[in-house]
Amino acid sequence: MLFLIRIYYGGVLMKKNTGIIDRLLLFTLIPSFFIALYLIFIWSPVERIMGASQKIFYFHVGSAWVAFLAFGVVGYYSVRVLIKPRLQHHINAGISAEIGVLFTTITLITGMIWGKSSWNTWWTWEPRLATTLILWFIYVAYLFVRKMDGSTDKIARLSAVFGIIGVINVPIVFMAIRWWNTKLHPVVFGEGKNQSGGGIEPDMLVALLFSIFTITVLYAFLMRKGIEIEKMRHIVKKAKSKAIEKLAG
Amino acid sequence: MILILKDAWTIASKDLSNEIKTKQTIGMMVIFSSLVVLIFSFAFDPTNNMVKAVIPGLVWLITVFSGILGLNRSFLSEHENDALTGLRSAPIDPSSIYLGKVLANFILVTAVQIVSIPVLFLLFDYRFFGKVSWFILVVIIGTLGFIIVGTFLAALSANAKNSEMLLPVLLLPLLSPLLIAGVQATRIILENEVIADASSWIRLMAAYDLLFLAACFFLFEFIMEGS
Repeated sequence: MLFLIRIYYGGVLMKKNTGIIDRLLLFTLIPSFFIALYLIFIWSPVERIMGASQKIFYFHVGSAWVAFLAFGVVGYYSVRVLIKPRLQHHINAGISAEIGVLFTTITLITGMIWGKSSWNTWWTWEPRLATTLILWFIYVAYLFVRKMDGSTDKIARLSAVFGIIGVINVPIVFMAIRWWNTKLHPVVFGEGKNQSGGGIEPDMLVALLFSIFTITVLYAFLMRKGIEIEKMRHIVKKAKSKAIEKLAG
Repeated sequence: MILILKDAWTIASKDLSNEIKTKQTIGMMVIFSSLVVLIFSFAFDPTNNMVKAVIPGLVWLITVFSGILGLNRSFLSEHENDALTGLRSAPIDPSSIYLGKVLANFILVTAVQIVSIPVLFLLFDYRFFGKVSWFILVVIIGTLGFIIVGTFLAALSANAKNSEMLLPVLLLPLLSPLLIAGVQATRIILENEVIADASSWIRLMAAYDLLFLAACFFLFEFIMEGS
């Protein structure tokens, strides 16, 4: 609760024009989180074979979606950095990558727990698992590129280049691993092996879509906060170097 | 276009003649790849029959491990006497620097493979049943893809202080589709299964090569720009 209050006051103290959107996001986020929890744990039916452990599915799919979305955002802003180098785009791409690492980690961990309970194995080399793991490694590599020392201009350019290459790589990784070995993961939506997919109960679908919505709002909220903090960091850095210059001069 | 290729050849021949003179990098790479084979013979008992199954993977492991050593050198050596600034200010297209480096690194790694892959087969007493021409094709396409991405990322990571550590971290995740395809294609060809099965993997590798060659070719000037 204290955390939420601090986030709230942080929002209030910010510049007025951005504050409204942030508050709007926060006030959608909190109730929808409770509604999502209700829908997941009480309202939606319990899966027949997997039982209660299937509930992790809602968080798993939601965070996986956000993980891939965040990577798409990194790619988008990387292209924009190269077209027109602006600090804003560079910051956006970096924050999106950081949140992406967080959600990829959540996806991997929830996936492992679920896999242990339903497949009786922590890990299996299956297309989506392996793609997510490789995605995680690419994200971390991207953050390493951003941590390089040098001028901000240079790092913005280099990390944008790496971001683009990484985004190009993800679909290829997925195709390669899909051909390599496809066995365990149920194909819930779209074409499966028999072009129909396993299907999903309507109630579960509602809960799933709502939890995906909630986690996406969380992503947007974290994104705005992160960008704001990063901007402040840049302002402080500038002020610091100015002060040092003054003292030295 | 022809001008770019000509400049690229000039840069590649500069690198290669430099290498022929000193023989430092290539010697190190050959020794290192033989050492990797040696270490693997400790890790997997070579008298065991199961080891035949890991040979296709080993071909690619020694290529990648020894290749990374060479790739690290290819741009770091330009930092001596600030030769990179010279290259950058030369009246040539930045893409030709990239193509030249790709060419030089490809020749270097292929030269290492000519020694290290027979050594691998020899030490593990591997009986070769498949078609040699197909095997060479797969190795060339896979190595080309590795060098295309590797040279690009070597140029990128050369900007960092810890570039030797950064390069593998950046390179290996991006190589994963190529390595999967390469290992599968090599396995199919070495075990002399139906060659048609390998062709879809070879096509995937070729698509990877072309896609990344195009992407790296156009993005390279952003790496070279400024300081």
